[in-house]
Amino acid sequence: MSIAARSAFFHFSTRLQPWTGLKSTANNLKSPAVCCQRKKSSYTPPPAKYGGRHTVTLIPGDGIGPELLNHVRELFRFCCVPVDFEIVRVDSSASSEDDINNAVTAIKRNGVALKGNIETNHNLPPSHKSKNKLLRTSLDLYANVMHCQSLPGVPTRHKDIDVVIIRENTEGEYSSLEHENVPGVVESLKIITRVNSLRIAEYAFNLAREKGRRKVTAVHKANIMKLGDGLFLQCCKEVAAGYPDITFDNMIVDNTTMQLVSKPQQFDVMVMPNLYGNIVSNVCAGLVGGPGLVPGVNYGKDYAVFETATRNTGKSIANKNIANPTATLLASCLMLDHLKLHAYARMIRKAVLKTLSETQLHTADLGGQGTTSEVLHSIMQEIQRGGPRTTEQI
Amino acid sequence: MAGNAWRSTVSRVMGAIKTQSPQPRTFSRGIQTVTLIPGDGIGPEISTAVMKIFEAAKAPIQWEEKNVTAIKGPGGRWMIPPEAKESMDKHKIGLKGPLKTPIAAGHPSMNLLLRKTFDLYANVRPCVSIEGYKTPYTDVDLVTIRENTEGEYSGIEHVIVDGVVQSIKLITEDASRRIAEYAFEYARNNQRTSVTAVHKANIMRMSDGLFLRKCREVAENFKDVKFTEMYLDTVCLNMVQDPSQFDVLVMPNLYGDILSDLCAGLIGGLGVTPSGNIGANGVAIFESVHGTAPDIAGKDLANPTALLLSAVMMLRHMGLHGYAKKIETACFDTIRDKKVLTKDLGGNSKCSEFTADICRRVQDMD
Repeated sequence: MSIAARSAFFHFSTRLQPWTGLKSTANNLKSPAVCCQRKKSSYTPPPAKYGGRHTVTLIPGDGIGPELLNHVRELFRFCCVPVDFEIVRVDSSASSEDDINNAVTAIKRNGVALKGNIETNHNLPPSHKSKNKLLRTSLDLYANVMHCQSLPGVPTRHKDIDVVIIRENTEGEYSSLEHENVPGVVESLKIITRVNSLRIAEYAFNLAREKGRRKVTAVHKANIMKLGDGLFLQCCKEVAAGYPDITFDNMIVDNTTMQLVSKPQQFDVMVMPNLYGNIVSNVCAGLVGGPGLVPGVNYGKDYAVFETATRNTGKSIANKNIANPTATLLASCLMLDHLKLHAYARMIRKAVLKTLSETQLHTADLGGQGTTSEVLHSIMQEIQRGGPRTTEQI
Repeated sequence: MAGNAWRSTVSRVMGAIKTQSPQPRTFSRGIQTVTLIPGDGIGPEISTAVMKIFEAAKAPIQWEEKNVTAIKGPGGRWMIPPEAKESMDKHKIGLKGPLKTPIAAGHPSMNLLLRKTFDLYANVRPCVSIEGYKTPYTDVDLVTIRENTEGEYSGIEHVIVDGVVQSIKLITEDASRRIAEYAFEYARNNQRTSVTAVHKANIMRMSDGLFLRKCREVAENFKDVKFTEMYLDTVCLNMVQDPSQFDVLVMPNLYGDILSDLCAGLIGGLGVTPSGNIGANGVAIFESVHGTAPDIAGKDLANPTALLLSAVMMLRHMGLHGYAKKIETACFDTIRDKKVLTKDLGGNSKCSEFTADICRRVQDMD
């Protein structure tokens, strides 16, 4: 299956979003029916409201986020994509959570967001929480999905990697429940719940089935954390029983990383709790070519937030026109697929991959000399070469 | 006999007087006794191989074999046999083969028991690419130093309500300071240029924040060693793309477990990776970290490289750099030559043939 076709299948079963937007009855011919439907199997994005255009929340973030997301907007304008961005700025240095709460409200309104990473200064006291994490937990974006594939034209040590990593996104080690009962002794709690473990396992198997994947591997450390990861593993096994067509196995996380650097081709779909997901997804991103290439999605029941898979701020390369826009652009393509604007998604994705593989215009992280704007320019030229779009195509 | 007793008394007193930081000792005169724990499965045969090679190299090491099968002590607590403990306390240096943990034996893992008995707080794994054993990564030369007593492996878990489990990750000031000090000492003693603290303080602000603060404090006393901090995910990302940028890495327990195995994978797996555990009171146990491989036990097919390289690490720890270099070079030469490799290294030879080749090379070097 070509990459484009495969990515076009890259939307998942979530329930219909209850319509919370403004009720302008003249324009919303579909909305009463949409509100009542609660189909489990297929998700319909919020119907495009004004003149058939979707509104998407855009959170620029810090570091390379703002410049790359600007490029996305430019590209969308160039391609006449019917998406309007509602920009919500989040100030990473402010201690108040008002701006992130505004962002959450905007995403609840629009249903979909594209974001850059918001920097967390870890030298500030614990009262300053990570804003990215706040966003994920407020919207209950419980599944982080990352599809790692070897891309043609990118030089890597390992070939033919095709792994889907599903990471539980809300609990586990990231619960931020820490306390210091005795001075000099800090306890941090890792929470694993049956409900969330079943939910993520269900998501993983469902996704595997939808995409025709053969095997799901649960990654854990249940030999040491017998109760916590033991519960996670137990939930995965229970869900696996309901999917006899899919092979289920499990692997301890340290062995997993060892296998990933020697034989990554053995993995198909992997599901795991939060921290191991962080580690494994970064290892896999490194294996296929780096943080500049892989897009990631955070799915909740009702919302979806698209970003780069490894969530880097890239402070050291910000505003130097050397950042690799591929991950952000591919994330925006995933977003377009999510909004059912498949033709636009296909068009942009094809152009991005062609620039990467055939034109071989690589940025510094891939060992090339290209600048971000050169890459964008090449992509736009590629799109233009595809000819004017006719109504049949869209 | 009296001479030996006197020497071990002296070394015990020296050990007690010495500061917490283990410096490489110089036992240039006299034979040093080392407690050898052969282990299970392929343990005995690889231990024999190592002993043979050391004999060929004429290293001033005397081996005292001990068994560490857990026994139930007074009070019902599981412990290692008192003779083994005495021997380790006396000699301070140990070499251990793989130990198996029977599943329903009722006692905790042997490795855990050893760790608790001797307070082995630092696990050190130098990962160097082995020329002759091809992996996709050719320029690895780093050391992972992992805090081994607390962190996520504290073993404290509770079921809060049915379906909700909490695991406690414990980070203490003392343990963090101790491991940071060891890391910087190691860097200084082994001519390493930088130490990187690996953490996730953006998420676990208080716990990893404490660890990081202690590392920073200790770094102040070691201005000759460069200190950097990096997020765990960034380290993972960069490690698989360009491992040559890392030197010494210091980190809490869980990250250390995963990263040290990741680095072992880069150089070829657990079958070729040495490992050392440093304890309080100058105790140091060097071990091979692979499994017991019961399927090939007793068949002369095992690969002794991991245990051999751990023994070489032990020699360096003891200050016997000459012998260490000799044995290590012989081992690498044999692997590079590719004539007598064991099955896991891609060859067809037996363990004894592999060992004999290394012995021959060692003797030729003299």
